[in-house]
Parts: sequence; C-alpha cells; structure tokens
Amino acid sequence: MTLELFSQYLLAGITYGIIYAIVGIGFNIIYNTTGIINFAQGEFVMLGGMTAISLSQWLPLPLAIGVAVLIVMLIGALVEILFIRWLDRPSVLRMIIITIGISILIREAALHIWGEGVRSLPYFVGNEITTVQILGARVSPQVLWVIGVCAVMVLGLSLFFRYTLQGKKMQACAANRMAATLCGISTRNMVTLSFMLSAGIGALAGCVMSPITYTQYDIGTGLAIKGFTVAILGGLGSSMAAVAAGLLLGLIESFSVSVVPLAFQDAISISLLLAILFFRPHGLFGNKDAADLKEF
Amino acid sequence: MKRSFAAVILFAASLTLSVSMAAAETIKVGAILAVTGPASFLGAPEARTLEMLAEELNAKGGVNGNKIELVIKDSGGNPEKAISFAKQLIEEEKVFAIIGPSTSGETLKIKQICEDGKTILLSCAAAEQIVEPVAKYVFKTPQKDSHVVHAIFENMKAAKISKVAVLVSNTGFGQAGKGQLEKQAPEYGIQILATEVYDSKATDLSAIVAKLAANKEIQAVINWSVEPAQAIVLKNIRQAGWNVPIYQSHGFGNIKYVQAAGAAAEGVIFPAGRLLIADKLSDKHPQKAVLTSYTKNYETKFKEEVSTFGGHGYDAFKILCRAIEQAGTNREKVRDAIENLKGFVGTAGVFNFSPTDHNGLGFDSVTMLTVKAGDFVEYKK
Repeated sequence: MTLELFSQYLLAGITYGIIYAIVGIGFNIIYNTTGIINFAQGEFVMLGGMTAISLSQWLPLPLAIGVAVLIVMLIGALVEILFIRWLDRPSVLRMIIITIGISILIREAALHIWGEGVRSLPYFVGNEITTVQILGARVSPQVLWVIGVCAVMVLGLSLFFRYTLQGKKMQACAANRMAATLCGISTRNMVTLSFMLSAGIGALAGCVMSPITYTQYDIGTGLAIKGFTVAILGGLGSSMAAVAAGLLLGLIESFSVSVVPLAFQDAISISLLLAILFFRPHGLFGNKDAADLKEF
Repeated sequence: MKRSFAAVILFAASLTLSVSMAAAETIKVGAILAVTGPASFLGAPEARTLEMLAEELNAKGGVNGNKIELVIKDSGGNPEKAISFAKQLIEEEKVFAIIGPSTSGETLKIKQICEDGKTILLSCAAAEQIVEPVAKYVFKTPQKDSHVVHAIFENMKAAKISKVAVLVSNTGFGQAGKGQLEKQAPEYGIQILATEVYDSKATDLSAIVAKLAANKEIQAVINWSVEPAQAIVLKNIRQAGWNVPIYQSHGFGNIKYVQAAGAAAEGVIFPAGRLLIADKLSDKHPQKAVLTSYTKNYETKFKEEVSTFGGHGYDAFKILCRAIEQAGTNREKVRDAIENLKGFVGTAGVFNFSPTDHNGLGFDSVTMLTVKAGDFVEYKK
C-alpha cells in the first residue's frame, strides 16, 4: 500500500469516524445527565442539515447554519419539555420506546415539510470537484471542514464540562442526581440543557457533512445506530471514549475495503458491535464495576 | 308488507343497476411506485405522470367511455412492501392491471404473484429477468439492460478502452447490471479489472474510490445504480483527482442526479432514451411528437424537468389504454392486445411486442448522452 493510498483511507476513516463520534457524544451527554438513551439523536443531525438548507435560500451560509443550529437546539429543548420532563422515574424500556417514537415522529414531519428528495448545502469552499492535497492524498476541502469543526466541538465540550459552572453542574447531575439536587442544582434545567447541547452538536455536524453525504429525511436512523454503536464501543457515558471509539470504527470501515469487498463494510461494523456487546459490554474504555452499578 | 317488499325490490334493483353502471364506467388500475425512499427519483415522477395522464384521459371521457381509477401505492422502494401491496391490489382491490414497480428488485419479487393472480403487470423497471423467462402477464417498458450494456461497450470499443472497473449498487438493478456487464464484456474484448458493490444508501465512497484509483491500469469506470449514491460516486472520483472517463447506466436519466453531482457530472457518458433530448431531435424523428408533448405537459404542470423514469410510467399507461381501446375490458383480450402491439411510439422508443418479447424495444431505443454545462446533450465523438 502506497503512502498516498494509506492517507486516502486514513482521511476517509477520520471523516466517517468523527461524525459517528459526534453522534455518540450526543448520546453520552443525554445519558450522563438523565440515564436515557435518546434514539432520536440521529434526527437532530438530519434536522440541522435540512433547516440550514431551507434557511440558506434567504440567509448567507454561515448565518443560515448558525440559525439552524439554534432552531434545532430549541427543538431539542421542546422534545425534552413535551415528552421527557413529566415522566416520573421511567424505566429504561419505556424511555427507549418513547425516544424511538419521537424519532419516527420527527422523521415523518420532515417528510411532510421537505419531501422525499435529497438536498445538500453548497460546499463551503469550492464546489463538487475541488480537491486539495494533504498528506499525499487528494480530498475535497469539505473533509477538512468536517474534521476541523467536529474537533473544535469536541474540544469546546471538554472545556465546557471542565471549566464552566454549567458544565460542572451537568457533571454533578451525572455523578449523582440526588446529591446534585441537595446542592441546589436544578436537575430539571440540567436535563433540558443536556438535550439542547446534544441537539446543537448534532445539528452542526449535520450541516458540515451535508455537502459530502447529502441530507434526506431518513438519514437519522442509520446515523443513530452508528452513533449508538460508537457510544457503547467506547463505554457508555464517556465522551472522550466515544471520540476514540468513533475514530476506531471509522478507520476500520475505511481500511476494510482494502482487504474485503466493499459489500461487507456494514457487516464489519455490526459484527464489531456484537463482539463488544458479548465480550466487553462496558465498552473498550469503560470500567466494569462502574458499569455494573448503572441500571442500563 | 307489500310496501316494504316493493321497497326491498326497488332497493335491490337500484343496487344492481348502480353496480353494473359502475362496472361500465371505471377501470381500476393499480400502481406500486417508489414515491419515497432511495428510489424516489424514479417513483415520484412516475406517480406524477400517471396522475396527469389519468386526469387528462378522464376529462376526455376515458377509454371507450370507461374512466380510469388510479390506485397508487407507495412502496418506498421496499420489495417486502411491494409484495404486500401486490397481494392487496390483486385480491382486495381486484385491479384490472398493475403499473410498476419502479425498481427491478421489487418487480422480480412480485412477478410470480401477478402471474398467479392473472393480473397484467406493466413494470417500470429495467432488469432483463423481468421478461426473461417470459411470463404471460408480465411486461416491462424500460429498455433492456442488455441493449444498454451493448451501447456502453460499443462506445468504449470505439474509444479504445479495454480495461474497466465496475461499481454497482446492492439493489436488483445493480445486480442485474453487473450480470449483463460481466456476460458481455468478453465479446467486446473488455476486461473488468475490479467489481465492487456499494450500499444504495451509502453516504461516502471515497475509500473504495481511492482503492480503484490506485490501480493505474483502469481506463474507465462504469457506475451502475439508480440511487442518489451514484452522484456521490461521481463526486468522490473527481475529488480524488481522478480524471477517468465515467460511464453510467440508464439509471442516470433524471436531471436531479446531475444537479446533485454538480460539476462532477460533467462529461459523464450514459445510454438513455431520447426523452432527455427531445427538443434537440429532428422533426422527422418518429418519437419527436410524443416526446415534446409529454415534456411540455409534464414540465408545465409540475414545474420540474422530465426524466426517463416518468417516461416509463407514461409508456406503461399509454400501452395499457391502447390495448383496452382495441380489446375492450376483458383481461385476457387486453393481455393479448398488448402482446401483439406493434409500432407503438412511446418515450423510451418504438415498441414492437411479441409472445417472446414482452419488452418490445430494440438496440435503437437508446442513444448515448453526456452532460455538458449541467444539461443532457447527445454524445458526439
């Protein structure tokens, strides 16, 4: 394998991987604060892309993306207030069914609003055939945008959680809900904030990957599955682990085409998920004892 | 007692009268189309075309005084849904005929169901296996894969291309195309160096494109699919800086694919029916009148450009109506009429059906097109 081919695989793998990682982080943020697995996570990505595409008809691109992210964050908060907030200590199964139901609702609404066609945002730099050379490989500059924006989001989130008051409050809720309430932290608001944050990062990822992958009303499900795989792979609850796991999955998918036919690419990622669930259900980086204590 | 008895008789009489009047007035035609889902660029124009034609026909009083009632089911391109809709249309709705499905995978699954149910099926899908082996009630309106492949290979031979890579989607259409390409390649002295199957819902194919691009012997790429993913392949190839000639299948025949691929679609060569270049045909061409009138009506009504797929729906509907005109409302007679239809000018070509040929189109139904400045034009060397 030449350096050029290796770099192509590497960049493709990092691109897929970091998108899976962002969706996985979205799962983790909500899981940490509420114990819920939000299967509507993929729909936030879809909504971000679709809203930005609609807004880009009237607003310049950066503004359209910014407003779209804000709108999807509001939708995330709305979902939480309407469907999650009034539930009193729901069981895991009930939450899963509810969030799957929410995802179906959002998908059908998107079908009615935007129709069944594929759309995409314009490339941020250049057009469909521009290419830049990096590490010996030739890729579209959009790939660099995806990697860059997602990396900044990951960095921003870790700084948020470590150094800001809101971030620390959310971590407190994640560690022990009862103790956090006793400390005067409004867990209700933290839950809403976690939904807004997840929705926001999903939406931004959706916007930045739209020129590459196209946005269609039903891309949410596939992304949610991959994102969930990645969250479990890393160990549910840890965002940094989700990033590592996401990159790992992306790289495996990308390099797999050099040894097996392309048709098996999805089979490989699903087999990996199954293997992890059998042998290390607490994830590659998770802690077995801590996982045993959690309900999910 | 007498009065209620009379009332019952009157009621029964009026019922039978209305039922028989209804039977004389409407012919139920079912349609299973992929209006949503990955094949929506096929099914949506087909559904719109059928609705437009049915409305037009019914406004003129229908066929021989019989109005057409269209029952369209959205299968989303899903073969399982197609199967259940086929059963529903045949057994519950008792439709006269079924137009569609939009994709080869779905059609092959319901071929036997329609044959067993003795219901005429006019498929809008392309795979050869739909009409080979010939099933009595099953017909198809798109051009044959084998003719399309022949056109591609003829073009390649003239361009002195002998080593190619083949990319197909994991659908019935893709598999059928792969089969035809592999079968005919040796006859033209063309060697297929690599064959890869990609998921119809794939969002990025740069890894597989990188692998193919690394093989410097490949002189051209054939991309055979009907999903938006085919536009992603085009973009990935050009973004990798690979300037290889790209050939597509007749599944590229919707301008929306060109719009999706943008600048990456420039120079793509593919065989298709002449609908896409209707305005550039000479007036003496036998198809010109049909093509230009369909184009004008469709584009005025739906404010979007015509695609070859909508054309397949048009052909199916018009063929069915012509057969009903000739043979009345007896199913067997209409089936025979379709089978013996000759010289029927449609959008895909001029149809000449026969008991051994339930497609009716020949080599000349396709012509090589290319994309120039975001528009379809005829390919000239």
